[in-house]
Amino acid sequence: MSGATIRRRPLRRRLEGIAFGLSVLALVSPAALVFLWMLSLSLKTEIDNIAFPPVFIPNPPTLDNFRAVFERNDFLAQAWNSVVVSVGATLIALLVGIPAGYGIAKMRATKAAVLILIARITPGLSYLIPLFLLFQWIGLTGTLWPILITHLVLTVPISVWVMIGFFEGLPGELEEAALVDGATIWQAFRHVALPLARPGITVATILAFIFSWNNFIFAMVLAGRETRTLPVAVNNMLTFEQISWGPLSAAALLVTAPVVILTLVAQKQIVAGLTQGGVKGG
Amino acid sequence: MPGGTTTTHAAALAGAAADTVRRRRAYARHYWPFVVPAALVVVAVIVFPWVFTLWMSLQEWKLGSGRSFVGLANYQRLFTDDRFHWSVLRTLYFTALAVVIPVVLGVAAALAFHRRFPLRGLARTIFILPMMATPVAVALVWTMMFHPQLGVLNWILSQFGIPPSLWVYDAATVIPTLVMVEVWHWTPLVMLLVLGGLASLPADPYEAAKIDGATPWQAFRYITLPLLAPFLMVAIIIRTIDALKAFDTIYVITQGGPGTASETINIFLYLNAFAYYNMGYASAVVVVFFALIIGLAMLLLWSRERFRDATK
Repeated sequence: MSGATIRRRPLRRRLEGIAFGLSVLALVSPAALVFLWMLSLSLKTEIDNIAFPPVFIPNPPTLDNFRAVFERNDFLAQAWNSVVVSVGATLIALLVGIPAGYGIAKMRATKAAVLILIARITPGLSYLIPLFLLFQWIGLTGTLWPILITHLVLTVPISVWVMIGFFEGLPGELEEAALVDGATIWQAFRHVALPLARPGITVATILAFIFSWNNFIFAMVLAGRETRTLPVAVNNMLTFEQISWGPLSAAALLVTAPVVILTLVAQKQIVAGLTQGGVKGG
Repeated sequence: MPGGTTTTHAAALAGAAADTVRRRRAYARHYWPFVVPAALVVVAVIVFPWVFTLWMSLQEWKLGSGRSFVGLANYQRLFTDDRFHWSVLRTLYFTALAVVIPVVLGVAAALAFHRRFPLRGLARTIFILPMMATPVAVALVWTMMFHPQLGVLNWILSQFGIPPSLWVYDAATVIPTLVMVEVWHWTPLVMLLVLGGLASLPADPYEAAKIDGATPWQAFRYITLPLLAPFLMVAIIIRTIDALKAFDTIYVITQGGPGTASETINIFLYLNAFAYYNMGYASAVVVVFFALIIGLAMLLLWSRERFRDATK
C-alpha cells in the first residue's frame, strides 16, 4: 500500500507538472503568436502573405517590405517627429515632475496626488477639444508643438506619480543632516535626494517615453501632413493601402520595436513603475 | 540590556521620533516652490481643458461658424439622441466583458507566475509585451488576422472544423471580437497588479491550512481570494476605467463600424468633435462621459465598502 503511494506520487507530480507547463504555454502563446505573426508577415513576399492556407515560415525571408517602407513615404521624417515629441515631452515631464514629486512627498500633500489620479481617469479626447481650439487660436498648428504639449498630459502625471512614490520611500535622515549642517532645501534636494533618486528617475523616464511614443489620438487630431508621428503614419497606411500586408507589418514592427526592446531590457523597472500606480497612458 | 534602561530608551526614542515629526512638519511648508512648475503645466494642459470643456458644453459651437450660448440645450439633446444612448449601451456591454474576462484570466496568470518554474522570467516578459507594444501597431496586425477570406484566424477555425467568422465585419460579432483584442492587450496589467498582491500575502495561513488538510482549491477560495480582495478591487477599478476609455484599437480596427455597431461613447465623441466639428455638443458628451466614469468608479469603491462591512 505505502509502496504503491510512493510509486504513484512521482507520476502524479509529473502529470501535474505537464499540466502546469501546458497552461503556462496557453497563457503566453497568444502574446507570442501575434508578434511572431507580425514578424512573419513583414518578412514574406506579397504572394505568400495573401496565400490561403497561410504560409507561416517566410521561405526565403525577404527584406523587401522594410526596404519599401524606408524608400517610399516620409517614414524617416515621421520617425524623427516621433523622437522629437517623445523625447521632448519626457524631458519636460522630468524637469517639472521630479521636483514636484519631491515637494509633494515632503509636504505629504495627498490631495495633489488625487488630482493626478483624476487626470489619469479623464479620457484623452476630453483634453483634445479645448487644446485643439487653443492651438488654432494661437496659430501653433503645423508645428510639432501642439503634439508635444498635449503629450505632457500623459508624461507629467506619470512622472510625478512615480517620483512621489519613490521619494516617499527614501529615508529623510540624510537630507535632514544636510539641513542641520546649513544646506538650503534646494541644496539638500539637488545634492542629497536627487542622486539617491536615480532608480526612480529611470522608471519615470521609461514609462513617460513609452506612453508618449505609443500615443495615437493626440497626434492623429493635431498633426498635419508634415508633423505626423509614427502611429498616425502607420494608421494612414492601413486606410489607404488595404492589402499590402508586407510593408504594413514591416512598418508596424518598426514602430513598436523601440518599445518592445525597451520592455525586454528594462522589464524590472517597468513592472515596478506600473504596479505602483497601475497607470497607463491615454 | 536591563529592563529599566529599555523603557527609558524607548521613551527617548519616541521623544526623538516626535521631534523628527515636528521638525518635518515645520519644514513641510517650505517645499511648495518645488511643485510650482508642475502645477503650472497641470493647470495649463489639464485643469484649463476641464474648465473650458464645462463652459463649452453650454455653447452651440460648430467649428467654422459662430458660437452662441444655449444653456443646457446640449445636455437635453443628449437625452433624446438615440445614437448616443446606443453608444452608452455598447460601451457598458464592452466594458462588462472587458473587465470580467481579463480579471479572471489575470488572476489565473498571476497564480501561475507566482510559482517558480524554468524560464519564468522570459515567459513573464513575453506575457506583458502586449500591454507595452504600440496599440496602433498591434491593432493593424489584428486587422489583418480578422480578414474574412485571407485572415489567419479563420484558417485556425477551419482546422478545428469551425465555420469561418466575419469577426469585426459583422455587427453581431464585432463587440466580442474587439473585447478579445482588449483582453489580449490588458490582461497583463491585471496579472501584474495581482502578482504584486500575491507577493505580499503572509505564509502562515497556508501552513495552518495545510496542517488542517485543506485542498489547494479550498486554500485558494478561503485564504488567497479574501486576502487578495483589495488588489482585485484596484485591478477591477483600473480595468473598468480603461475599458470605458478604450479608443485606439477600436478606432484603428473598425472606426465604429460596421455602420455604428462598435461606436462606443469615445468613438461617438471623437466623430462629433473632429468629424462633424460640433464642439459644444461634443463637450457635453465629455462631461457626461466623465461623470459616468467617476460614477462607476465610485460605485465600485462603495460596493467594496459594503462588501467589507457585510463580511465583518
